[in-house]
Amino acid sequence: MIGIRSYAHIKNNRISVNGKIIFDGGSLNSMSEFLTEAYKYLEISYPKFHKMDALCKLGVLCTEVALKDTLFLSNNPLDKIAVVLSNASSSLETDRQHQHAIEDKSNYFPSPAVFVYTLPNIIIGEIAIKYKITGENAFFVSEKPDADLLVSYTEALFNEEMRAAVCGWVEVDNGAYEAFIFLAEIQENTNKNINFKPLNQLTVIELYNQTIWTH
Amino acid sequence: MDALIEKLKGQIIEQLNLVELKPEEINPDSPLFGEGLGLDSIDALELIVLLEKHYGIKIEDPKDGKTIFQSIRTMADYIKSQGKS
Amino acid sequence: MVFTSYSNIISPLGFSTKENYDAVNHSKTGVKKLRLPFSADPFCVGKIDDAIIQEHLLSIANSGTYTKLEQLSILSMQDVMDQSGIDPKDKKTLVIYSTTKGNIDILEGAYKTIDSKRAYLPLFAKQLQTYFKFAHTPVVLSNACISGILAIIIAKRFIEQGTYNNIIVCGGDILSEFTISGFKSFSALSNEPSRPFDADRVGINLGEAVAAILITNKRELATPYNTQIISGASANDANHISGPSRTGEGLLQCLRQTLQNNSIKEIGFISAHGTATPFNDEMESIAFERAGLTNIPVNSLKGYYGHTLGAAGVLETILSLESLKHQRLIKSEGYSKKGVSGNITVIDTHEPKVFSSFIKTASGFGGCNAAALFSNV
Repeated sequence: MIGIRSYAHIKNNRISVNGKIIFDGGSLNSMSEFLTEAYKYLEISYPKFHKMDALCKLGVLCTEVALKDTLFLSNNPLDKIAVVLSNASSSLETDRQHQHAIEDKSNYFPSPAVFVYTLPNIIIGEIAIKYKITGENAFFVSEKPDADLLVSYTEALFNEEMRAAVCGWVEVDNGAYEAFIFLAEIQENTNKNINFKPLNQLTVIELYNQTIWTH
Repeated sequence: MDALIEKLKGQIIEQLNLVELKPEEINPDSPLFGEGLGLDSIDALELIVLLEKHYGIKIEDPKDGKTIFQSIRTMADYIKSQGKS
Repeated sequence: MVFTSYSNIISPLGFSTKENYDAVNHSKTGVKKLRLPFSADPFCVGKIDDAIIQEHLLSIANSGTYTKLEQLSILSMQDVMDQSGIDPKDKKTLVIYSTTKGNIDILEGAYKTIDSKRAYLPLFAKQLQTYFKFAHTPVVLSNACISGILAIIIAKRFIEQGTYNNIIVCGGDILSEFTISGFKSFSALSNEPSRPFDADRVGINLGEAVAAILITNKRELATPYNTQIISGASANDANHISGPSRTGEGLLQCLRQTLQNNSIKEIGFISAHGTATPFNDEMESIAFERAGLTNIPVNSLKGYYGHTLGAAGVLETILSLESLKHQRLIKSEGYSKKGVSGNITVIDTHEPKVFSSFIKTASGFGGCNAAALFSNV
């Protein structure tokens, strides 16, 4: 049986894990301030974080909190953990940065460190590097989070070699951001005391909508 | 020379997003790649951009970077040798 | 069983699979040194002739309301629809679209009358859905340079799940200042036609193309190639976001998984990623040797087209299917002297060969890799 062992949601300057808000950056004014403060608060200590673009920072933060205090990485062979992510804007936020750098021919300094982030699957690359996850990858682009697509594809991967998956939605566009990550794995591989939720479309939608964002 | 080295430290920290590093923590003779600062291949390309942007020096072949970018001091020496400091 | 079916390629070498295969088989290449509007320096690229595109656009109503990538994608998918006769409105038909940058030329202001929101891939996909009246919005896969072959593997997985009978996999990317300037900042471009696996290789040429192939579980649609997709996998190096693992770990994992329970005796060749960067080709050669594939000849098709990014995996798979159908190996254009340390043999002439299967591989930014095995039914 495949179950969802934990999930995390980052939105409106708040981070919630399994339905509980664990960090509230309420008064911070910008996405980039929020990402930096969240990084410090979570005591992550990963200098490469600062080289990432906003999209990758968001994806890594959300994955980090979803993984925290779980034995997800030690329970599953790392080459059998898939990463299946999605968003609506691909890497357009960083694309605009690169486009801007090449527009002024009198001040023409395109940056390789920016250009490398003009692909959405780099989020998967950064997650793979940080957690040493080497299984299947896929990055889909859809108008809204597509629970059916994520669940069906994850199930298809479990029908082959994968035993666990980091799945979700990581979106940044014009300063607006949101990330939702859930960890799916074979329940029989774990300690029986874990409260798994079933992996299906309805449950994913329910968990995505669940967090109550108080204002 | 020291002024150039200090200036370079600041520029490198900025260009490479070495946010958690302070200039006084960087030894100008430490290797930039491998040990020392542990920079990678993208950082090497960014240093080429830095030289062009701030000092007007164009490095056509990235492989030339190996000697120039050994340490901050070798970078400073190179900039001075190009008459661009 | 999941079969490959009708296909189309739109590239500098032609607007059909047949035109492209004939050109490649006659060693014609689509890569040229060209002056592009945004730069004084010429670039060696695979560019589709604008005048020829215009001729073909006469078959699309209101073609001026579509971007270049949309126009080419419509032409390509229309050809596959016409050849196969499948019903786009069928709920068991899906499109998976593979692209790295989509309508990226919108960012540089290429179109005066087209809504700039079409730079968003879901809106690009909706354009295609509206044109063909597909029951489902095309699924867009954007996974760097493995997107094309990964889309084919995903199609196989979805068909095996039972939700779909027919999936059109379409891959496309256009040349743009955006992409060219980016790869230039990586010193990854070659000013001359690229030389995959060659000792004197220095980098890639970029190219543009759109390619589409129908993947199906319907035996009667398998006639073009009588070939099924046996297996496929993707894996991440978990090493670096822009350079491949020096020992080819991710690609090796893909190959091992793809080949498990399958004999390699009948494999006629490997269609490699072969971009002609010093690192990629070296890594691939090591992965092939470590996977026990030393005696299987290797080619790269990027000498004919340049690196077509989101189209590459689809285009190169189609030409490999043609190679299998004609029982004829395609030479690796641009190759003359081995310049990789892995023990591999690179195909250096077009020659007949009796074989019944081939492997396609790909690797990309973000440390991703993919491989798939195709075999005659």
